[in-house]
Amino acid sequence: MSVDQATVRRIARLARIRISDNEVPKLEGELNHILNWVEMLGEVDTENVEPMTSVVDSTMRLRNDEVTDGGYPDRVTGNAAASDDNFFMVPKVVE
Amino acid sequence: MSDLLKLTIAQARDALSTGQFKASELTEAYIGAIEAARSLNAYIVETPDKARAMAAASDDRIARGEAGPLEGIPLGIKDLFATEGVHTQACSHILDQFKPAYESTVTANLWADGAVMLGKLNMDEFAMGSSNETSYYGPVKNPWRAEGSNADLVPGGSSGGSASAVAAHICAGATATDTGGSIRQPAAFTGTVGIKPTYGRVSRWGIVAFASSLDQAGPIARDVRDAAILLKSIASVDPKDTTSVDIEVPDYEAVIGKSIKGMKIGIPAEYRMDGMPDDIEALWQKGIDWLRDAGAEVVDISLPHTRYALPA
Repeated sequence: MSVDQATVRRIARLARIRISDNEVPKLEGELNHILNWVEMLGEVDTENVEPMTSVVDSTMRLRNDEVTDGGYPDRVTGNAAASDDNFFMVPKVVE
Repeated sequence: MSDLLKLTIAQARDALSTGQFKASELTEAYIGAIEAARSLNAYIVETPDKARAMAAASDDRIARGEAGPLEGIPLGIKDLFATEGVHTQACSHILDQFKPAYESTVTANLWADGAVMLGKLNMDEFAMGSSNETSYYGPVKNPWRAEGSNADLVPGGSSGGSASAVAAHICAGATATDTGGSIRQPAAFTGTVGIKPTYGRVSRWGIVAFASSLDQAGPIARDVRDAAILLKSIASVDPKDTTSVDIEVPDYEAVIGKSIKGMKIGIPAEYRMDGMPDDIEALWQKGIDWLRDAGAEVVDISLPHTRYALPA
């Protein structure tokens, strides 16, 4: 699996990261290097290997489903570039 | 003044508790040292006023006989730890102006033990790098240079600022994080001590994530004892991080000096690179000899999946 320069430009647009024309070939190389490495992982035979979720044997800790925090919307939205009615406001992304 | 900078955390801790100097003097010495070493670009934010206030509070607690385990010890904090009201951007322009309204568990533990914050330390952007060359704030210099050379060297990464600052004695110790080597490698590049704790030992709450199933916070310090002291302070089980494990934090400092006689140490064949330069090969062998001389049983092993592991 590999990407071409058109795909690199599309990925950059989806990620909302501006790239210049001369950055495209370098990024094409870097992304393909990563994809090649992921394909290499397919060499490993995991037929009889259990999936590992953690190096430490532990069970998820639960707590009572009750509200123990909150009530300070100003602090939560304090770093918002734009905020209205305690919401984060962002430019429209989904078309 | 500069003699104060030579003290390790253990030495400064002991000197402060016996009143040899004040915490505010120690902090003032570090503030001056940071100003003088700006060419390293290790700190991206200096917090001298906050440091002075914290040091003054430490002096009060010491006078009242209420000193914590890290009372008055000035530390640098890697930029991806949320420090309330202070720049926290993981050295990225994307998080410009972000000042958290909360404190990470790791730094909260340090302040509760009496430590002082000198500032935020440079790092590879979002921890995605191994040389601290990708930071929005520019690269970090290794305070060490090759003998007879004027060439700048990288401190490693992603915790390059942390490692450089500890090696340059512009903090007594530093916090860092490691996902695929980001504590261990810069510590090796700067001749300092770093440890990546076992996953779950330290809370990840309030740390800008890189790979949440691999990230761990840990100390970079001047020696093993200092690293042990810092690890004991930052390790804790945390209800806000369900991946933290509920196991008692040992007194790491107490086991320093324990003999390795009889321990079996494996040397992975895959870790020795083809075409390794002779002087590196010699260092590699020297390390093996030290272990053997100390009474450990050294055996050759193979870790065949090494090539599928991810460095970061």
